[in-house]
Amino acid sequence: MSLDLAPSLTATEEARRQIEICNACRYCEGFCSVFPAMTRSKAFADGDLTHLSNLCHNCRGCHYACQYTAPHEFNLNIPAALAEVRQDSWERLARPQAVARMFHERGVAMAGLLVVALTLFFALIAAARPTGGEGFYAYMAHNLMIAIFIPAFVAPLALIGLSLRDYWREVGGGRVRLRHLAKAGDMAGRMKNLNGGHGDGCNFEDGDRFSQKRRIAHQLMMWGFLACFAATSSGTILHYVFGWYAPYPIWAPPKLLGVPGGIAMVAGAIGLAALKLRADPELGARRVWGGEMAFIVLLGAVAATGLALYAVTGTEAVGPLLAIHLATVMTLFLLMPFSKMIHGFFRFTALVAEAGKLEKTR
Amino acid sequence: MTRYSDLYDIAVVGGGNAALCAAITAAKAGARVIILEGAPLPYRGGNSRHTRNFRCMHRGPMSPLIDAYEEDEYFNDLMLVTKGKTDEHLARMTIRTSEECLPWMQEHGVRFQPSLSGTLSLSRTNAFFLGGGKALVNAYYNTATDLGVTIVYEAQVRHVHREGQAITHLDVEIAKAPAVTIRARAFVLASGGFQADLDWLARAWGPSARNFLIRGTPYNRGVVLKDMLDQGADSVGDPTQCHAVAIDGRAPKYDGGIVTRLDCVPFSIVVNRDGQRFYDEGEDTWPKRYAIWGRLVAAQPDQVGYALIDAKSIDLFMPSVFPPIVADTIPELAAKMGLDPAVVQATVDDFNAACRPGTFHPTELDGMATEGLATPKTNWARPLDTPPYYGYQLRPGVTFTYLGLKVSDSAQVHTPDGPITNLWAAGEIMAGSILGQGYLAGFGMTIGTVFGRIAGKEAAAHVA
Repeated sequence: MSLDLAPSLTATEEARRQIEICNACRYCEGFCSVFPAMTRSKAFADGDLTHLSNLCHNCRGCHYACQYTAPHEFNLNIPAALAEVRQDSWERLARPQAVARMFHERGVAMAGLLVVALTLFFALIAAARPTGGEGFYAYMAHNLMIAIFIPAFVAPLALIGLSLRDYWREVGGGRVRLRHLAKAGDMAGRMKNLNGGHGDGCNFEDGDRFSQKRRIAHQLMMWGFLACFAATSSGTILHYVFGWYAPYPIWAPPKLLGVPGGIAMVAGAIGLAALKLRADPELGARRVWGGEMAFIVLLGAVAATGLALYAVTGTEAVGPLLAIHLATVMTLFLLMPFSKMIHGFFRFTALVAEAGKLEKTR
Repeated sequence: MTRYSDLYDIAVVGGGNAALCAAITAAKAGARVIILEGAPLPYRGGNSRHTRNFRCMHRGPMSPLIDAYEEDEYFNDLMLVTKGKTDEHLARMTIRTSEECLPWMQEHGVRFQPSLSGTLSLSRTNAFFLGGGKALVNAYYNTATDLGVTIVYEAQVRHVHREGQAITHLDVEIAKAPAVTIRARAFVLASGGFQADLDWLARAWGPSARNFLIRGTPYNRGVVLKDMLDQGADSVGDPTQCHAVAIDGRAPKYDGGIVTRLDCVPFSIVVNRDGQRFYDEGEDTWPKRYAIWGRLVAAQPDQVGYALIDAKSIDLFMPSVFPPIVADTIPELAAKMGLDPAVVQATVDDFNAACRPGTFHPTELDGMATEGLATPKTNWARPLDTPPYYGYQLRPGVTFTYLGLKVSDSAQVHTPDGPITNLWAAGEIMAGSILGQGYLAGFGMTIGTVFGRIAGKEAAAHVA
């Protein structure tokens, strides 16, 4: 129980030490999903800690409210302790683990992959420029894009599926009901775990003051991303089902969803990056700060280059911008299992598991 | 660098709930206020940072409180714990005012939550702070900052200068530097009791007090209280008494707070250093008895007790922050706890032989009593016969002291020559005026909030 013992503990052991102190206090019960889940147990198996850590959205309310943070000898830092366990679970359950560790920790690795992708797409546009095609298909054939992006999208998703299956086993998730998915969807859709329990928001960029800024920036990013994803999907459907090919007019679904979605993503990325610069890095998993920041920049770049590509329609700039945009998208897809992108999958799964566990205790 | 040479309207001494309520109230009335908090920033807030709720009168449901909790019931609860040692006028005024405090607290940033799991019995009487007392303290400091209040940490007030019936200025050591003079036109003292000053406790209680653990802040050393008493301020409360509960003996010397509590006594037998039982562990339910066990343990040799439990009962109470000592036999458990194995075995054998069959019911008085023991156990008496056996060491944990400044219902500090015209007091420094003995969960925060606001209002009116 003394300060000098702490460094020799593993992330899970340290989280267990801290959670056992929390569980004897329980003052923070109303902040988020973590504490009500905690009170179900007296002893915490590794799987319990994996579950709690993925329920934690790092809102930091509990930390600023805690009477046992440093310099107190109990030295609690629940947001960081759970962040370490969570980060560890994302890397441990990924395949291959070493790739995950590298990209999570190092923004430079992400930049390196981006350079490779850029080289690939500039080379393709230079070497395999089609003779026909309209819009950006004049620079790269539709079939070639599909041939590259379908595997680059599906293979990472398959890896994520395997990780989530392992996660479900580790935390002892039960049978999934539709209402569990609906509950989790509601929690994520409104990001209730960043509202502080009282609705004033979370602690992040301004010490112990509550604010909605991070919640808003996150939701701009999340909903913007989903809108862009829907835009791309609708384009695919229009192409294959209705034989209506790009470029699309502004009122068609790909643009109608993609333009606001892209703007929201750029705004969200700027917000998240600015807030992250102001927040205390000691209350998160320090070693992945660079990787997380690089991931925010990457998401912003995907959206910004997509918007720019639309803005330069019909000019000479389409070629190079298309290569840049496709490279960022490719990097994002490939890194889904190995970057902060994985958090969405794990957190949603944790919320579904928690919806089921809550029913069992009632 | 802040300069302190200015004349403030109001200087508030202390930085816990009462001080903050006073400072916020005065600043909202337009006064220029300075808060002198003795602790450094991470430990600001005195004992308030360890609290979790406040007891609130209400005539109907008032979120998060259910049903009603009216004046007479509240006052009766207070009479039960204080055994009549209260000032009925002040107590009833405090109780009545508590109702308007809850919305005031919400307006100034405090957020509430439903009563915590395991505390359902309090959901009608006590409003729980979301995040606990430190979250409340944080919210009040932010509100005070936004109102332009000057806040100084590590500001230990050494002397309150009194000329006749008025206070002129304070000598204050800031961050251990030589004392500076802080001038104001009115003063509020909200700097707590003296329970963290072990020398004072030892003088009042006897040398055994040095073995007590202090559950709250190490900064409540009673410097200002002593200074005022030395200057002849009227006092109230038994100077030799402190409120002590039995807590885990492995708790830190100071500031262990809520997690060091142990609720195991009713399901245990408790022996002293010599392996002998000394009090009826099953006299009543724990919420009604926890407060006397600090005193009981304090009266034992070396101020220590040992609770022994078997596997049947280990899951019947909230976990302590420290794991229990575990052994497969009673002698082995005794040896691990530093007790004489043969003596403890004999004590357990006598106890087991005195147990009688019955229907065990952990949450109510079940009448399962021992027969023929000099020290009986009158409820929940079941033989210790199911290994593994568990042990916890108990020590007295001091929460607060009773000695304080006597105040009027306008929170004004008095002397034998009458009131001091520009001095008010709030919080634990004057709580003895109402709480002469015992404790009622959440009442300390009620006294602090009610009198903090009164002191702030009166002081602001004085300088207006």
